[in-house]
Formats: sequence, C-alpha cells, structure tokens
Amino acid sequence: MTSLALQRARAPFWPTVGLGIVAWLVAWFIALPLANWVAYDLLGLEQGSQLGDAIAFFLYDVPKVLLLLTGIVTLVSFLRSFVSPERVRRALAGRGTLPGTLAAAGFGTITPFCSCSAVPLFIGFVEVGVPLGVTFAFLIASPMVNEIAIVLLWGLFGPSVTLMYVAAGLVVAIVAGLVIGRLHLERYVEPYVWEIKSVGTQTIDMKLTLEDRVRDAWASTRSLVWKVLPYVLIGIGIGAVIHGFVPTDLVVSIGGSDNPLAVPALVLLGVPLYSNAAGTIPIIEVLIAKGLPMGSALAFMMAITALSFPEMVILRRVMKPQLIAVFVGVVAVGILFVGYLFNALYA
Amino acid sequence: MTKIEVLGPGCNNCMRLEKNTREAVAMAGIEAEITKVTDYAEIMAYGIISTPGLVIDGKVVSYGRVPSANDIVTWLSE
Repeated sequence: MTSLALQRARAPFWPTVGLGIVAWLVAWFIALPLANWVAYDLLGLEQGSQLGDAIAFFLYDVPKVLLLLTGIVTLVSFLRSFVSPERVRRALAGRGTLPGTLAAAGFGTITPFCSCSAVPLFIGFVEVGVPLGVTFAFLIASPMVNEIAIVLLWGLFGPSVTLMYVAAGLVVAIVAGLVIGRLHLERYVEPYVWEIKSVGTQTIDMKLTLEDRVRDAWASTRSLVWKVLPYVLIGIGIGAVIHGFVPTDLVVSIGGSDNPLAVPALVLLGVPLYSNAAGTIPIIEVLIAKGLPMGSALAFMMAITALSFPEMVILRRVMKPQLIAVFVGVVAVGILFVGYLFNALYA
Repeated sequence: MTKIEVLGPGCNNCMRLEKNTREAVAMAGIEAEITKVTDYAEIMAYGIISTPGLVIDGKVVSYGRVPSANDIVTWLSE
C-alpha cells in the first residue's frame, strides 16, 4: 500500500493558510471595538469606572495576547526552521575565540532553542572543540531572544524596541561569553562530558518543504499556546486588576528610575519565572502603561528568559555549581547594566 | 519487526513525537517496537544535538522537530 493511501486526509493546504491569515486579521481589528461594546453596551458597565475599565481591558487583552502569540510564534518558528544547532555547531567548530563568540551570539538569536536540548547542545559544542566562552555566548543569546520575548516587545512597542532588546541581548551574550572564556573554567565542566563521543558531525540534512515548515510552525504554536493558556489568563486577570485599580504613581515610585533597587529586584524576580513567561506578558504590559520605565522592563524580560531556574537545574547535569554560579553572575551583571542604562536613556 | 527509537529526555516535544509515532504505526498497520531513549550519551551517539529525534531501523530520519503522524507513515513505508 502506498504511504499516501495510509495517511490521514487533510484539507487543501495553501487555501487553509490563506483563510487562517484572513481570520487572524479580522480578529485583530475587531478585538478592541468588540471588547468595549460587550463591557460598556452589553453589560452596561460605566466607562472610566474601575470595574468597567478592568473588565473591558480583560475582554480586549485576552484575544489580543492570543493573536500576538499565534501570529508571531508561528512566524518566528517558521523562520527558525531554516537554522539548526547541528549546522551552527559545524560553523563554529573551527573558529578563533573572538569571531567565534560574535558568531555564536548571532547564531544564538536566530536558532530555535528548547531547554531540553541544552545538555546535548552544550556537550555537542564542547566536544567538537568549540571554546567554552563561545558555547556560553550561544547559551545566553538563544533563550533570551525567544518567541515569547519578541511577542511581548513587538506587541507593546513595535519593531524598534524589539530590535533594541535583541541588540542588548547580543551584547550581554558576547561580553559574558568573552569574560567566561577568559576565566578558563574548563575544570568546572563535569568530567564525563569530555569523554562523550558523538558520531562526529554527521547529520542527514532533512529535506523540508515549505509546507513542512509551515505545518511544523503551526503545530509548535498550538502546543505552546495550549501549554501557556492558563498562565496567560491569570496574567491578564492580574493585569486587568492593575489596570483598573492600581494608581500610576504607585508603579512609578516603586519601579521607576528614582528607585535604584527596582532593577535588581526585577532581575531577581525574573529568575524563577521562566515557565510562566507568557503569563507575565500582560502584567508587564500594564505596568509599562502605568509608567514602569523601559530599562526595568527590559531587565525583567531578560532575567526571565536568560536566567531561568529550570534551565540551571538542567545544566547542572553538565556543569559544576561553580560554573553555573559564574554563568549566572556574569549574565546578571550584564542585565543589570542594560537595565540601568536604558532607564537613564529613556528618563 | 520495525525497530523505532524516540530520542529525547522527556520534555513536551519528545512526548508529542512518541504520540505521533504510535499513531503512525497504527495507521501503517505494521508491527513495531518503540523504545524511548532518554540517556544523553546514547542520544548523542546518533550524532544529533537537538531533541527530539527519531530513528527507524537504526537510521536517523528526523531531529530537532516533531514530525506529524503522516510524515512518519511515509518513512515507515520506505
């Protein structure tokens, strides 16, 4: 029996894609007017009242965040399907330290990153001769510039700020990579790592069609959105409450540039939050609308993504605690610096 | 009997791949032994560093993505 006969039948592909895009656009433009109509006309709440505003916000933000997530994650996943860690490893294997670090950070931003791949990735890079610092530059850049971060920043501030975040992330990754490389911490890598032999750099190049890539991207998006949906709803709920009930002055006085402890506090807060990154999107969005400065927000986002506690637990399999500590320390300092810098620039 | 190995430490993507693989085996109506390989050293012995990976009769057919049941059926028929 041919495989075609065994496969499950599917709707015609490109027409479905076209329909999906149209549906997305319609939903995008309807969201705000619809939310306002339901809150103020249908439910009869008063515009300007705390409850009314909180509910209108909730009704608008839920579809908005979901649309942003589906749209941008699908697009970014599609683009990232063209880059693979295997290819990056081959590209980095022979390079010198400085060009290698720059290239690693650059590749890191465009390569898809799964926390579960952090260990094989680390081992794979290191045992093929990629220097430790270069490997770290990749390990820092890759999770930091992830789809969720891009969704948040693009949706809130547009492409220019998103680009700034990426640039700042690159700088932190490169500097951290160079610093860690200089410290010669090879002895803090778990010894068994040096003994693993992967079968050279053999990789079959999978022939992926455009349709394969789009299907993959959509499947990833669906599974991601499904996983983060509860956090997103809770986050929007909290955001709605802040929007309606918390005064602006409070946010500015606690999180603003006049409070020097704001940035470190946000960086610390970001560490345990990785798995809830999507849920923090709406909270940060509202805090920024209430006056949280750019630097504090960026620092928070970077801390959530680059310094994730779950990832550190995973990396413990290949690194001794001292190396993890140095990694966290160097990156944290870099993020703090970015936070203060942007607060100063945008004051 | 076809020997299939699903390579991955057990995260979300690896579980999706296992599910799709079992579905594909059922759709293809063949007899297959499906094993999950979670040890990093064993995974890397196949030369891949991004999970999840799929190995059919000793040959790596996919890595770094979660192929659909339809995709896997195609490989099983080859």
